[in-house]
Amino acid sequence: MTDASVALGELTEISSQVEAAVLFDDKGTVAAATVPDERAARVAASAKALLEQAAQIVGGELTQLEAATGDGSLFVVKDGPRLIAASTSAGPTAGLVFYDLKKCLQASAEPAPKPKPQAAAKPKAAAKPKPKPKPRTTKSKSDGPS
Amino acid sequence: MGRRKLLAIGFAVGSLLGIGLYARRGQEGADERIDLYFADGSLVSLHSDSPEAAPLLVHARDALRAAAS
Repeated sequence: MTDASVALGELTEISSQVEAAVLFDDKGTVAAATVPDERAARVAASAKALLEQAAQIVGGELTQLEAATGDGSLFVVKDGPRLIAASTSAGPTAGLVFYDLKKCLQASAEPAPKPKPQAAAKPKAAAKPKPKPKPRTTKSKSDGPS
Repeated sequence: MGRRKLLAIGFAVGSLLGIGLYARRGQEGADERIDLYFADGSLVSLHSDSPEAAPLLVHARDALRAAAS
């Protein structure tokens, strides 16, 4: 499982509003998606075209957008060369969705935590040498009272 | 007389339904918009009736269709 897949898995787990999501790069190459490959490629291509055209129309550096339609909303967030597009039902809480998508993008950039190597069995500490029993000294009974 | 009354009531009910549907449709269209967030923190909102929003909404609908189908 790639880092991107892990990040998307966490996103769909924590966000109840996100219905589908696709992680891709600025060339449109899909890194991970919650939908089949062919559909993911179409989502990535449309989202990339949307972001580029919007930047051309209004000018300036866009970092994120929300397109609200009657059928639902499309969110696109950009962080350097990485992008994420996600669909939600109509009337989502935009702030929460953006927050979750940004977290997912950051998580996809970080290397997945490596499983800890099993600790090598520690050699058993050398058993402490038992203290040698002291030789009992037998007290010679002195002449006690009879 | 009764028939005329019935026709008038039917016409009134039909008109009300039509007005309701038209208003609802208009409201749905008004909800369509694109919010663009810039790196400097500023926001531009393009509503569906603006000429700039139309081509962008086409891409958005394409992406939503692909995600849902």
